[in-house]
Amino acid sequence: MRKQFVTTMERLLDEDPRLVVLLGDIGVFAFRHAFQKHPKRVINIGILEQATVSVAAGLAKEGFIPLFHSIAPFVVERAFEQIKVDFGYQALGGHFVSVGGSYDYAALGCSHHCPGDVELMQAVPGMQILAPGHPAEFDSLMSQTFASGKPTYHRLSERSNSEARPVTFGKAEIEQLGSGPVIVTVGPFLDRVIEASSGSDATILYYTTLAPFDDETLREHAGDGRILCVEPFYEGTLAASITNALRGKRIALSSMGVPRRFLTDYGHASYHDAACGLLAADIRARLDELRHV
Amino acid sequence: MASTLRDLREQILRAACAAGEGHIASAFSILDILWVLYHGILRHNPANPADPARDRFVLSKGHASLGIYGILATRGFFPMEELKTFASSSGRLGGHPDSRKVPGVEASTGSLGHGMPMAAGMALGLKIRKSSSRVVCIVGDGECNEGAVWEAALLAAHHKLGHFTCVVDFNHSGDRALMLGDLAAKFRSFDWDVVEIDGHDHAQIEAALKPHDGDVPRAVIASTIKGKGCKEMENNPAWHHKAPKVDELEAMLAQLA
Ligand SMILES: Cc1ncc(C[n+]2csc(CCOP(=O)(O)OP(=O)(O)O)c2C)c(N)n1
Repeated sequence: MRKQFVTTMERLLDEDPRLVVLLGDIGVFAFRHAFQKHPKRVINIGILEQATVSVAAGLAKEGFIPLFHSIAPFVVERAFEQIKVDFGYQALGGHFVSVGGSYDYAALGCSHHCPGDVELMQAVPGMQILAPGHPAEFDSLMSQTFASGKPTYHRLSERSNSEARPVTFGKAEIEQLGSGPVIVTVGPFLDRVIEASSGSDATILYYTTLAPFDDETLREHAGDGRILCVEPFYEGTLAASITNALRGKRIALSSMGVPRRFLTDYGHASYHDAACGLLAADIRARLDELRHV
Repeated sequence: MASTLRDLREQILRAACAAGEGHIASAFSILDILWVLYHGILRHNPANPADPARDRFVLSKGHASLGIYGILATRGFFPMEELKTFASSSGRLGGHPDSRKVPGVEASTGSLGHGMPMAAGMALGLKIRKSSSRVVCIVGDGECNEGAVWEAALLAAHHKLGHFTCVVDFNHSGDRALMLGDLAAKFRSFDWDVVEIDGHDHAQIEAALKPHDGDVPRAVIASTIKGKGCKEMENNPAWHHKAPKVDELEAMLAQLA
């Protein structure tokens, strides 16, 4: 997905003179051709995330479409107040593209883990939040939102689903329709959800736009209200969106995601998938649990 | 046990290779400084890492964790063998140092710009308690982009933290983004005492880091080479966050100075 990010931005830099890419001293080598071609609009801005977000807001006020890229905690957590006030409150358009969400950078420890990014971004009214599950979906969603004039968060993942879906900004995809419980899942978790529910009668709704949340698709396909949400960030992050979409309806919601504790082990992301209970077998067990509700 | 700096570099390379992870060049940049600090300058007690009489050291550029792990192992805080568990899911030596787990590590760093203000806070606390302990931290030049570094510089001078020393590992890795210009003049203008040294010259390091009297915090601007001691890594940005593959290891070991 990181490769696609560079390719997409190279194309948009060529197409739209308003785009300014600000790198927080990461991804610099990958952008080497873009630096050469557009030296004024591709900038390694340095390691100063709070100022960078405010600078990006200044660029937006001057008619540019700024994009800031760094590791998730340094985009979202370090500069959160700048995002809230400078972009959110002032309703400025711009893009925040993170890598390393949740525990993609497992070996680097707490400072580089970020399962709370989406929840924080949800706290900024008007923020568009995207979690593509495939490089082609990133390209599509970035293109669809590029000139939206709204602040937009793109959560890139180290892992992708094997196939891209034809994603539409603001809409959930219906991956599978069944008569059983409804699984709401997000971005890179789709493949494991499909594996977990194989042979079952579950409905699978695939979300890549998390805000604004597609209430309608969920309302239409909520079945008898038994809902399993499988999310690649803190468990319960989408709970408010789901209950809001289904208000007035009797629901049984079960959320699975990164547990709300500090992950103190290192190793690889796959180790944490297992340690956090986020393998296909864990999902299957939760699905079966829901069957008895 | 690593009895020389070369041995220590070898242990670090081997640990990173085994883990497939690590900021080796960032560690090599500060290894001479750490070595001198932990051989005669900082009061430390491996038998009681929390000894109140100890001096405090904070590695603000926490990604150089392999450097501090190597030195702490050399001083007996834990066995050198433990470096083999670096970055593993079952180990306590992670990609960034963790004060919750690792004896001798004073602060969990990794997010640039946190360590120096935390160190300033420790210095303030020690001053309130009238302790004779001092606090030393190391920041990277890239890290000096962060506003929090300069906010801490401002308050350390204001609160007269003379027992606080900030070493800048000035290997110019950050030049590709932002030029820091005359860093010594910048610290001086914040009312710090400034010493400029060659960060690989042990006599100069020792002279700059010896305890000193007075109530003015000291900045040590250490001119360093990122990746120092391993030719291929020296000033080579490709090695910022990268570990040698198993079949590259012997060639890298052969290069060690
Ligand atoms: C707040 C924050 N932003 C970004 C990073 C990612 N990062 C890790 S090391 C590094 C470069 C650090 O440069 P410098 O401080 O000069 O250290 P050195 O080059 O000596 O390794 C960056 C950008 C980080 N760890 N923390």
